[in-house]
Amino acid sequence: MSKQPILEIENLHAGVENKQILKGFSLTIYPGEVHALMGLNGSGKSTLAAILAGREGYEITQGTVKYLGQDVLEMDPEERAREGIFLAFQYPVEIPGVNSTYFLKAALNEVRKHKGLPELDAMEFLSLVKEKVKLLELNDDLLKRSVNEGFSGGEKKRAEIFQMAVLEPKLAILDETDSGLDIDALKVVSAGVNRLKRPDAAQLVITHYQRLLNYIIPDYVHVMADGRIVKSGGKELALELESQGYEAIVKGQSVAA
Amino acid sequence: MLSVRRRNERLNQVRWLWSCEQPIQQNGNDAGDPTKQFGKMSTATEIESLVKQEYKYGFVTDVETESAPPGLNEDIVRLISAKKKEPEWMTEWRLKAFRYWQTMKEPTWQFVKYPPVNFQDITYYVAPKSQKDGPKSLDEVDPKLLETYEKLGIPLRERERLAGVAVDAVFDSVSVGTTYRDQLAAKGIIFCSMSEAVREHPDLVKKYIGSVVPYTDNFYAALNSAVFSDGSFVYIPKGVRCPMELSTYFRINAAKSGQFERTLIIADEGASVSYLEGCTAPMRDENQLHAAVVELVALDRAEIKYSTVQNWYPGDEEGRGGIYNFVTKRGLCKGKNSRITWTQVETGSAITWKYPSCILLGEGSKGEFYSVAVVNNRQQADTGTKMIHIGKNTTSTIVSKGISAGRGQNSYRGLVEIRKSATNSRNFSQCDSMLIGAKCGAHTFPYIEVKNTSSSVEHEATTSKIGEDQIFYCNQRGISTQDAVNMIVNGFCKEVFKELPMEFAVEAQKLLGVSLEGSVG
Repeated sequence: MSKQPILEIENLHAGVENKQILKGFSLTIYPGEVHALMGLNGSGKSTLAAILAGREGYEITQGTVKYLGQDVLEMDPEERAREGIFLAFQYPVEIPGVNSTYFLKAALNEVRKHKGLPELDAMEFLSLVKEKVKLLELNDDLLKRSVNEGFSGGEKKRAEIFQMAVLEPKLAILDETDSGLDIDALKVVSAGVNRLKRPDAAQLVITHYQRLLNYIIPDYVHVMADGRIVKSGGKELALELESQGYEAIVKGQSVAA
Repeated sequence: MLSVRRRNERLNQVRWLWSCEQPIQQNGNDAGDPTKQFGKMSTATEIESLVKQEYKYGFVTDVETESAPPGLNEDIVRLISAKKKEPEWMTEWRLKAFRYWQTMKEPTWQFVKYPPVNFQDITYYVAPKSQKDGPKSLDEVDPKLLETYEKLGIPLRERERLAGVAVDAVFDSVSVGTTYRDQLAAKGIIFCSMSEAVREHPDLVKKYIGSVVPYTDNFYAALNSAVFSDGSFVYIPKGVRCPMELSTYFRINAAKSGQFERTLIIADEGASVSYLEGCTAPMRDENQLHAAVVELVALDRAEIKYSTVQNWYPGDEEGRGGIYNFVTKRGLCKGKNSRITWTQVETGSAITWKYPSCILLGEGSKGEFYSVAVVNNRQQADTGTKMIHIGKNTTSTIVSKGISAGRGQNSYRGLVEIRKSATNSRNFSQCDSMLIGAKCGAHTFPYIEVKNTSSSVEHEATTSKIGEDQIFYCNQRGISTQDAVNMIVNGFCKEVFKELPMEFAVEAQKLLGVSLEGSVG
């Protein structure tokens, strides 16, 4: 493949307060690909997402992370976001009193400023919003409320996907987007994610359960255990996991290793 | 400072917004920062460095002044009264207040700490010299003074009058010019300095001064009554809705001086007025005392809306200097169905200690208090309100938002008193505190007394912290930490800002941003 990878993680070691969480994690993602990262609780999936987005408090002791060839670890979180890294939060944060539309417009204009594009005014932004609302078949009531305030679990996740639709990231990381969703909400959210697939962008879908992958079909599935990927394969690997359980696959791998 | 911006005056507005854009100072010692090798400085350090903001109204104006010797005795009181060419009854009233003050002790119940104030060390009368007798028109005002107001963004001059706010500016102790007077006079509205009102409208002043805040009320009210130097006087006649926002702008310039202004606003039956007040002071190492008294009287169906944006010099990071703002503000809803609204945005003062209150005497009268109080560095605030329900069917609303950052201490203290006569009365109070960083404090002291069974009182309180989570969430959407803090704080204050006159709300938001820059730790 001659294309430049969107994300290249090599031998990443990281942790918090003397506790090593990632122990030699490597993963390369090319444009147009959807990768699913699966693993038990505590295997380091969310830590990886947090480190990619630039959350502070993690000590990186070894390894490199490159985003479109740039050293991500040297960038501030807002810079990463403006460059096109988007994290759909497992627990989206409430910001009382801050209108969702206002928030999203501010976010989009930061991205546009960064790209040297003119900022959108309120009218232009609203027409963009309308278009995206249609695309995702969402209810735009959420946009009239304060950011995530008083949203149900499902509403929060939908709002995340909506933000993703507006910001059009190059790399979207979906951290346990399926957690806390009933089956209807799961369908809506994954339909949205599927519609946002682009040949020049990639998605990293982090999940605990196979069920999300009934709706979001990944090109690759990776199984994570103890801070690194222990097995990679196509979408059938997810089904294998579902039938055999993590333990069998993880054990099989460690022996083999 | 926000006292005087204009709806139509784009130019002026733009200039003000620009002046808010302070350069951000970074603690840029990257080489020594152990976290640097792992990608970035910690958010905490970054935020702390952002807070190192300079107070931008800290300049001193070099004008020749005429002042009384420091210290306080009956002669000084007489001197002030004489300087103001006051009638005998006013002088006597001042002397009574002074004698009463001498018998009083400084109160100590407040939750703020400061070294004892030496009242003999303060200069009680300072006036710009060139206008000993008061300026007759703006042309007589010292150009340096006008320049000062220019710097502060006050459109005092004719060309800026297009803006449409009538301004009374009080510089140290003397009122230096009241704009729009003629237009207001055509409607029978009186808007002038207090000194002038004493001379020209003695009946009104005599009738109402001290009627809401008697000189016996408290230590600082007594002091103010004895030595008040100037202030604003407003009278809105029956049935008149004041066509523009009225505004006073206060500035303390001289060193070691106190400012003791006295404001009296009377809205006659069916009248309404919106009044704005703004304040700044130069940066000085010593503390300066500001002990004002504001009295509002609303007769039948009258409405008074009093908005304050206070940006006194708050002292430096270590708590040196700054204004002691010990103010008594009280409104009397004297008539039936009258209404008084206090809205305050407090970002200044080393110490803020005041309780803009409402006495709800008239049947069906309404009292409202909306407040945002911000403390940063070593600022202290003990502020809140009192709602005294006396008349039947009276209602009051209290919304208080306290924001504490740095080592600031912020207390809400409020009294809701529903007397036996105030049947079917209601109060709703909401007191929210936000903490930024780990070294500040928020305290709430609500007092509630209900003496009848047909009334209801609701009190809600919350305390929250600007979380790293909220900031990170904004960062992850491309929004800088500074913008995130502003956004979160403004969201928190939304209910109060929406009560401010529109153009002030925008400025209040900006001011808040400046006050809190770098405050998250």
